[in-house]
Amino acid sequence: MTTKKLQYERPVIQKLNTGVMNKFGTKTEYSPVTHIENNSVKELINKFGSPLFVISEKTIRDTYHSANRAFKNRYPKVQFAWSYKTNYVNAVCNVFHQEGSWAEVVSGFEYNKALGNGVPGNKIIFNGPDKREEELLLAINNDSLIHIDHLDELYLIKELANETNHRPRVAIRVNMDTGVYPMWDRFGFNYENGQAWDAINKIMLNDKMDLVGLHCHIGTFMLAPSAYGIAAGKLSELALAIKKKYKKNIQYIDMGGGFASKNTLKGSYLQGVDTSPTFDQFAESITTAILNAGFTENELPLLILETGRAMIDDAGYLLGTVISNKRLSDGRRATIMDFGVNILFTSFWYDHKISPAQEFGQHTEDAVLYGPLCMNIDVIRENITLPPLMRNDHVVVHTVGAYNMTQWMQFIALRPAIVMIDTQNVAHVIRNRETLNSIQGDEVMPTHLKDFKL
Amino acid sequence: MKIKKNIALSDSGFVFDPATGDSFTTNLIGMEIIKMLKDGKSHQEIKTAVLKKYLTDEATFEKDNYDFINMLTKHRLTDGDEKEKD
Amino acid sequence: MKKKKINVAVTGLNAIDSPGPGVPVIRALKESKLFDVRIIGLSYEALEPGIYMHDIVDKTYQIPLPSAGKASLLERLKYINSVEKIDVIIPNFDAELYNFITLSDKLKKEMGINVFVPTLEQFEDRHKANLSDYGKKHKIKVPYGKVIFSTAEIPKLTKEFAYPLVVKGKFYDAYIAYSEQQAYTYFNKISAKWGLPIIIQEFVTGQEVNVTAIGDGKGNTIGAVPMRKQYITDKGKAWSGISIDDKNLLSMTQKLIRSTKWRGGMELEIIKTNKGDYYLLEINPRFPAWVYLAVGCGQNHPEALVQLALGKDVKPFKKYDIGKMFVRYSYDMIVSLKEFETISTLGEL
Repeated sequence: MTTKKLQYERPVIQKLNTGVMNKFGTKTEYSPVTHIENNSVKELINKFGSPLFVISEKTIRDTYHSANRAFKNRYPKVQFAWSYKTNYVNAVCNVFHQEGSWAEVVSGFEYNKALGNGVPGNKIIFNGPDKREEELLLAINNDSLIHIDHLDELYLIKELANETNHRPRVAIRVNMDTGVYPMWDRFGFNYENGQAWDAINKIMLNDKMDLVGLHCHIGTFMLAPSAYGIAAGKLSELALAIKKKYKKNIQYIDMGGGFASKNTLKGSYLQGVDTSPTFDQFAESITTAILNAGFTENELPLLILETGRAMIDDAGYLLGTVISNKRLSDGRRATIMDFGVNILFTSFWYDHKISPAQEFGQHTEDAVLYGPLCMNIDVIRENITLPPLMRNDHVVVHTVGAYNMTQWMQFIALRPAIVMIDTQNVAHVIRNRETLNSIQGDEVMPTHLKDFKL
Repeated sequence: MKIKKNIALSDSGFVFDPATGDSFTTNLIGMEIIKMLKDGKSHQEIKTAVLKKYLTDEATFEKDNYDFINMLTKHRLTDGDEKEKD
Repeated sequence: MKKKKINVAVTGLNAIDSPGPGVPVIRALKESKLFDVRIIGLSYEALEPGIYMHDIVDKTYQIPLPSAGKASLLERLKYINSVEKIDVIIPNFDAELYNFITLSDKLKKEMGINVFVPTLEQFEDRHKANLSDYGKKHKIKVPYGKVIFSTAEIPKLTKEFAYPLVVKGKFYDAYIAYSEQQAYTYFNKISAKWGLPIIIQEFVTGQEVNVTAIGDGKGNTIGAVPMRKQYITDKGKAWSGISIDDKNLLSMTQKLIRSTKWRGGMELEIIKTNKGDYYLLEINPRFPAWVYLAVGCGQNHPEALVQLALGKDVKPFKKYDIGKMFVRYSYDMIVSLKEFETISTLGEL
């Protein structure tokens, strides 16, 4: 007679301390996530390697629809523009473009990416403090919307306008006090001290360009919808002042981005998923301020939103594998993963939710999660409660869609592949895992350094 | 390595050291190992028993058991002076 | 009259040297003339004394800490409710209120559990950093205050403040600074621990008085009992206190409840100056640990809260006994290890 062997779990013993999180009812954090939209985590890793970024096309579209609905239910003219810097993998951009988003770019590199994706020039918003002369000229000739950041740029555009027969379509970026800290006063022109109004007058009195919009971007990971109401109110006041003085309607108000996603900021006591405002709350605050500002119905400006993080964060997952477990000198458990801060840049400011990708028993352990880099700063989570993970077990990191795939660093290893799961649950590679050539293909070796003997 | 004889172990995985007043929790396999240690089983006997009952390999168990015994020692649940005799 | 049987779940069983309000709330409910109450304790730690007080707590369950998130809490409450059929939950910790407030509709709809807590707006508005606006909005005197983000703002403070002034953290900690130098020190000390912003507040001297009260959510004050602390512990908690006769304090409480339409229990911390002015220092959005004094004075606030939670109309209390005292004491219970083991490993006892 043979008896079936039982599933093994590593033996653990923990001292009962008072004051630490009890395990009763906390199961949601470590309940296993074995599949992402019907694709088994194990199979995805077998097929595409580990670590692996996975993006859900369905989640992107669903999130876009709920944001769009929140604003369109409250305001007649709404336009989203995809913030390229948040995630500019072309397949991701094109999901947004298919949904109707314009492109919002902050560099010549991103501008060319948007053109390459087929976005018409007049539907590209060009932001940021560093726009080179040739890039500005290209944007002017393409009828793009140029958001002026500083006076030097304003004068440069003025000069360029003389060289071309296109009239630049410009807006100014306005910074202001919305009651939040820190105040982002390094970008654009200040509202309270009159800089913004001065810049507006300079543009309005110039006969070579058109002031078509007003732009602001008040911060990042904003948890206070009311601040957007204040900002929208101030931009509306400027628009109405322009109308009064020059008898000209501003075509659009661009509220930028900065809506918080569902991630949990380090040091915050409650979970982000419980406290982050909804699109409806942001929309209510912004649209109420514009609708109450005093525009007549047909003067109402187009409302542009450049929301990035809140649109894409939820759609991104990072799959990874346990390299090793060890015990630190103070007795704490440490688990080393095959992904680190180099590709999960956002672990510097979030306590990312991390789930095991296989079934476990009831027992859990407190652990530190480290990345594989030979650097002390490579910490994914300083403290996390997980079931006893073994070498080669997999985990799923949640809500990583924003900034990781643009701010990731190529450091001592190649960056992983990115896979998109389409709405029929089929996985497509949208960026291949890097090869040695992707990194050193552009290197040049001087002839005298080609040979050596050891 | 010997575990303190007077350690109390309950079916719920609650471990109590009457000498220090400390209490701990352990999982199922941890309970079994502690029980065997209390019964005076040798390392070899424990290993054989675990490998027979659970789906695992020798290297994995050796590694995990090493860590577990270290934690027992760290928590002062073992009699320090007596070295293990294989 | 036959008393109605109900099940009430209560948190804050930490009847320790800086006590939570759970045990006094439970004692009040056990003395109810209207209800025959079965008490389900909800605890965060295995050593909360209430867990072991079997004469007043019928059963206790461990629940996840607020930081574990609403989904965890909801899942745990679903389980507990499947066993206990809870009629009312009374949360007693500030830190857990956000979750209970935002879950209250769901608890009612999905599980039939009633929670009578402040609205999210009432809860958020009374935060320390908002106190100045709060005072203006509800026409209540509060110490003049200002929120600052940087030490660069400290030299300018003398335009609006005179030293000494109070330097406060967003959630905890307050120091009296007698000089600019001290203001810098406290700014750095508090911001290192609790982050920004820092609240600068006018230093108001006088007698501290407290009120425990309950509002019905429509603007009516159902009950209010003012108390002066007679002796405090080294943690600043009342060791003993006495109910006092102060019409001004009561009318200030009623005015605030009317203006905010306060829903649920509350504690007001107030300074009465030598000139006889009353300044509101803080609103705690739940009953205080000394709420049993109100019962002793003839106003059973927890019982009223349960009635309100169950959707009953409650007549406001008209009077309370003046000069009633409470003296807090500590008591060593003998507890079997088996009980500690059970709550620690199984999460219920």
